[in-house]
Amino acid sequence: MTGQSWWGRVGWRHLVAILACIFALFPILFVASAAFNPLGTLSSSSIIPTNFSPVNFENLFGKTGFGRWFINSIIVCGLSTFLSLTLATFGAYAFSRFRFSGRRPGLLFLLIIQMFPAFLAIVTIYIMFTVITDLYPVIGFNTPWSLVLLYLGGALGVNTYLIKGFFDTVPKELDESAKVDGASHWLTFYAIILPLVTPVLAVVGVLAFIGAINEFLLASVFLTQTDTKTLAVGLFGLVAGERNANFGMFAAGTLLTAVPTVVLFFAVQKYIVGGLTAGSVKG
Amino acid sequence: MADQPAASRLRGDGGLGGGNTWSIVAKIALLAIVAAVAVWLAVPLYAAEMWVPLVLLIVATVLIFVVYLQPWHIPIKYLVPGTIFLVLFQIVPVIFTVSTAFTNFGDGHRGTKEDAIRAIELTSVQRVPDSPEYVLTIATTGDPATGPLVFLLVDPATKAVQIGDAEGLKPFDGATVSDTGKVTAAPGLTLLNAGQAGARSADLGALTIPTPNGAIKSQGLSRAFEGKPARDYKADCDCITDTATGATWTAKNDTGSFVDASGAALPQGWQTNVGLGNFTRAFTDPAVSGPFLGILVWNFGFAIASVLITFVAGLLVAMALNSPHLRAIRFYRILIILPYAMPSFAMLLVWRDMFNQDFGLINNLTGAHVNWFGEAWTARFAILLTQFWLGYPYMFLVCLGALQSIPADLTEAAAVDGARRFQAFKAVVFPLLLVAVSPLLIASFAFNFNNYNIIGLTTEGGPFPPDNPRAGATDLLVSYVYKLAFAPGGAQYGFAAAVSILIFLIVATVSIIGFRRTAALEEINR
Repeated sequence: MTGQSWWGRVGWRHLVAILACIFALFPILFVASAAFNPLGTLSSSSIIPTNFSPVNFENLFGKTGFGRWFINSIIVCGLSTFLSLTLATFGAYAFSRFRFSGRRPGLLFLLIIQMFPAFLAIVTIYIMFTVITDLYPVIGFNTPWSLVLLYLGGALGVNTYLIKGFFDTVPKELDESAKVDGASHWLTFYAIILPLVTPVLAVVGVLAFIGAINEFLLASVFLTQTDTKTLAVGLFGLVAGERNANFGMFAAGTLLTAVPTVVLFFAVQKYIVGGLTAGSVKG
Repeated sequence: MADQPAASRLRGDGGLGGGNTWSIVAKIALLAIVAAVAVWLAVPLYAAEMWVPLVLLIVATVLIFVVYLQPWHIPIKYLVPGTIFLVLFQIVPVIFTVSTAFTNFGDGHRGTKEDAIRAIELTSVQRVPDSPEYVLTIATTGDPATGPLVFLLVDPATKAVQIGDAEGLKPFDGATVSDTGKVTAAPGLTLLNAGQAGARSADLGALTIPTPNGAIKSQGLSRAFEGKPARDYKADCDCITDTATGATWTAKNDTGSFVDASGAALPQGWQTNVGLGNFTRAFTDPAVSGPFLGILVWNFGFAIASVLITFVAGLLVAMALNSPHLRAIRFYRILIILPYAMPSFAMLLVWRDMFNQDFGLINNLTGAHVNWFGEAWTARFAILLTQFWLGYPYMFLVCLGALQSIPADLTEAAAVDGARRFQAFKAVVFPLLLVAVSPLLIASFAFNFNNYNIIGLTTEGGPFPPDNPRAGATDLLVSYVYKLAFAPGGAQYGFAAAVSILIFLIVATVSIIGFRRTAALEEINR
């Protein structure tokens, strides 16, 4: 290894990384420069910002329900992420640590059911929630709970599978010694295994959050009042009609929508790195 | 493990918690919450006299109690919470959707045959010489612009007030009536002024109030009459006849509609079982099956290409960055996964606009003047490039994690000299990596096969051939079905459900084959 030149060791790596970064960043740079472009139209936007002005951000908060949409999205995504992570982790524990009849078909079923193009069931879902809205308005249309409940339907699925894979890498001897010490299965799960699988929970939590904040089709059917919309529904409405004129506001909204996800990324950074590595070394 | 339940039995483990007091308290508290939620759910069901859901709710609650009070089957306690939501919000909608695949459910085929007959008779209501007349005031129970409309009808002779909606006519008390018979105030209702009523003329025209002798319809904004239906249903011939013109429409029970001698159907039909008709139609109706095959091929091409290019690029970048000598890895990693943190629905719209022919960024930067979404192959290229940008950061992250998890001694042994490096990668690293990522590759395939968003938010399926505005060059099966299913005024839910099942069978088959292969890979590696 000592004989290698700087280029052979790390130089080419930098080159690949820089190319990848440029490709990854140029649309984002375009959005950022459009967001600060005082004209606020698509036709006047370019990749290199020509002018800096916060006018699009001011309009976004002043003329649209953006602030409200933002809060709604945080509520819906926060709740559905936390709850679906909880449900998925329970499921993963059962599938990883117990052997019971129906285990393998059950696992396969969870993956296969997700492959039904579920949004085509939207008519049935709509009819279901029309009845639910009549009976229980608190969890009906135009409430955050309606979407949270619906998203929880997918909690047992690919996420369970990912978490289960990580659970499998935690040595069974740990459970068994805990059991010998008299710990219940709940205590084993909660106090012994859960702290060891934090990394995968962080990764799956981020995935679930991103999935929820991007969900558009069902949200647009469920949330029709301006003050109940989520970011996806609200921002789409901005460019649905006035595509060129509202582009600046839309770009500003896109940047702000990314903020919670980026914050989440940074918060769980060390887990994503450490977790993905530590997890399967044991496997 | 099999011995676990036995162990808990030995310790007299009561179920969810262990044997100590706290866990018993916690369990009682949780079950109390379950009971409270069940009661909360039950009250409106009881009030609405919905007995079947109520019985199901009671049975489900009892089962939950049984699950958490029994000490033998531990895993089910961890599976029940997620399963409840899975059943309610995924399996039940899918089952209902699947069951509509065998019906003609859609616009014009929603209710029963009786509903259809009633609708036909009501819409044909016409004024007859001795029709009773009323003074009409239009009101609503909600917002004047959107709320459900009701008619306040005042008998010109007796000044008696009645309220009518699509359900029928009822006496109404407490209204203030002017000398002309117009209602000026009505408790619990908002009266519409002429402007508000005029804005809702379409709703007014559609509102027909059934009465024992016929039906009441509005005439203008302040009069209503009770007319008689011009079209009648006769049970002996199972047909509808028009008393004015003598025309006849005979019931066709296999398609759920009334048709005349030339085969033309009345718009009001009923929902009926059509067996496998929707499935055979997908293959035999030339308007559907013609584009179907082409779309299927492109659909496979798109899904496979999306997975391959994102995976290969993600892996290459991950390999480049996976080096202990590269100090800046954290910095690069954050920048590369940034696209994944951006809201994808918004970035899809941004990409659509970047491909805009006149002021899009791509044409601006390259100096070209390509009409990207105007030609089939440039549109497909644009879609793939967009999906590539959206997808490769994730693959990069996954591959980086998988590479780093491969024990260092294996990779170091492989990195001794350049000549053996590639060999070692092929023989050692790649198979290990594939085991780790193939479930994700299969999931990615399944996701992209049904990736409605990328089509719906960018090309909307276009460009379209001149003869078929519904099946475009970039249409995936889902977006094609979506257009068929939700075409304004001509929604065909039954047919869309049938095609959904076909899509599901395709994706599930491919995925199961994929999983089998993954399982085989795992065996080899062990």
